[in-house]
Amino acid sequence: MMPRSRALLVNVALFAAAALSLGPLLWMVSVSFMAPGEASSSPPPLFPHQATLENYRQLFAQTRMGRGFANSLFLATAATLLALLFNVSAGYAFAKLRFAGRERIFRILLGALIIPAQVAMIPLFLLLKSMGLVNTYLGVLLPSVANVFGIFLVRQYALSIPDELLEAARIDGAGELRLFWSIVLPALGPILVTLAIFTFLGSWNDFLWPLIVLTDDDRHTLPVALASLTREHVQDSELMMAGGVITVLPVLALFLVLQRYYIQGLLAGSVKG
Amino acid sequence: MLPALLMIAVFFFLPVLAALGLSLTDFDIYALVRLDNLRFVGGGNYLRLLQTPLFWKALGNTLFFVIAGVPLSITVSLASALLLHSAVARGKAIFRTALFAPVVTTLVAVAVIWNYLLHTRYGLINSLLGLAGIHPVDWLGDPNWAMPAIILFAVWKNFGFNMVIFLAALQSIPEELYEASRIEGATGPQQLRFVTLPALAPTLVLVSTLTMAGYFQLFAEPYVLTQGGPLQSTTSVLYFMYEEGFKWWNLGSASAVAFLLFLLVLAVTMAQSFVFRRWSEP
Repeated sequence: MMPRSRALLVNVALFAAAALSLGPLLWMVSVSFMAPGEASSSPPPLFPHQATLENYRQLFAQTRMGRGFANSLFLATAATLLALLFNVSAGYAFAKLRFAGRERIFRILLGALIIPAQVAMIPLFLLLKSMGLVNTYLGVLLPSVANVFGIFLVRQYALSIPDELLEAARIDGAGELRLFWSIVLPALGPILVTLAIFTFLGSWNDFLWPLIVLTDDDRHTLPVALASLTREHVQDSELMMAGGVITVLPVLALFLVLQRYYIQGLLAGSVKG
Repeated sequence: MLPALLMIAVFFFLPVLAALGLSLTDFDIYALVRLDNLRFVGGGNYLRLLQTPLFWKALGNTLFFVIAGVPLSITVSLASALLLHSAVARGKAIFRTALFAPVVTTLVAVAVIWNYLLHTRYGLINSLLGLAGIHPVDWLGDPNWAMPAIILFAVWKNFGFNMVIFLAALQSIPEELYEASRIEGATGPQQLRFVTLPALAPTLVLVSTLTMAGYFQLFAEPYVLTQGGPLQSTTSVLYFMYEEGFKWWNLGSASAVAFLLFLLVLAVTMAQSFVFRRWSEP
């Protein structure tokens, strides 16, 4: 094949693939601006006849999506802060501190990665119930604060901090806390961003666990609220699309801004041979 | 470090062990109210599950999803990675982001879009098929089409993840290999067959293991799109577990379902790594 026609073919194929990936998302935005009932015609309209914000107004005025948004924002932020607190110290310890059984404990942790989280869910539910934490935000958060993948991510990165740097600081009289705060944390900067975005996206997008733990409508996260909205308003495509937009937009925007860190983490996680 | 390990022990390892114990009891709504009502039933839950037609149906649906979805997902991922890696591709960063976007979206929200795209009368997919003269398909209402529709949706949602991993692997293949093969007169397809694919083999194994483990956990898609129907054609193992546990409150039996799923994933993963080791040893 001629080089030029080959180039054309590759780029057209890429463009088509991108259109297929983004098409549904763009169309969701478009339908969310349509007047009620407008999307239910054949053939389906691609653009609103006259763009309106009515669906968004109705969404916040008459459904629990606004509340769900606040809940999701709170839970994802809290999960992120807690995950940083717990996983960073553990990851650093596995990389740089010497203690008995370090390698063995780490191997056991890695082994846990193949256990599907759902196996633990029912006992976890009973455990939280006995602690009185079902239908609380803490109940959603607790199981996710420390996580093997997060520890692994931080450990891999912390291995690259030179031992000499830590020794020099110790000789200069820095205590372990001081050392952690003023040398280790700054050195871990990029991977902290990676861990934060992974945790935030994971928490925001999670569905099954919040669905099980949060029984009260007022505490539902966005995905759970959206799922129940779709059951109540089966016919209102435009309203549901507006709900989809406010659910997807925050995480998509976050990803776009920080995608370098996200993809870095994805690759670090996938080459754990 | 200790706090993190403690959290993982209490909120993961302990529950996993408890799940095994729980699966040997008849924990139900009565035991939830008063623990005195709990009885040890040994393998009773497992035996009963194996005689429950819906469990087998759910297992069959899940296997269908894995067997059809995983190869399709990997093929699309690899094809898009090859396109993006091509020397003649323009605007790589933008295309990569566009193809990856579905991965970070919230599953429930994009399921809402697909619900509409797949609508029998007003859906874009049927209207496009109509242009080609194909009669409308009742995607989510026809037991024969509901699972293929969910697979289509899942592949769209997930392929970008594997694509990025493939892309990184492609970038690490030494350029000399291609030059050497060019000198020997290899054509494009031959290079793919004899240079690219062998170099990708370890990545391919890793990606298929990860994808398979993920696809065994099918839940939110049928929950939002079809509620397990029509005629239970999209009830997956996890969907079955959810209903058994949190709709009927048969928590002992639901734990047994979770454990069987775990054993299945474990067996498939181990079989796969065994085959791979055999294959990679000359």
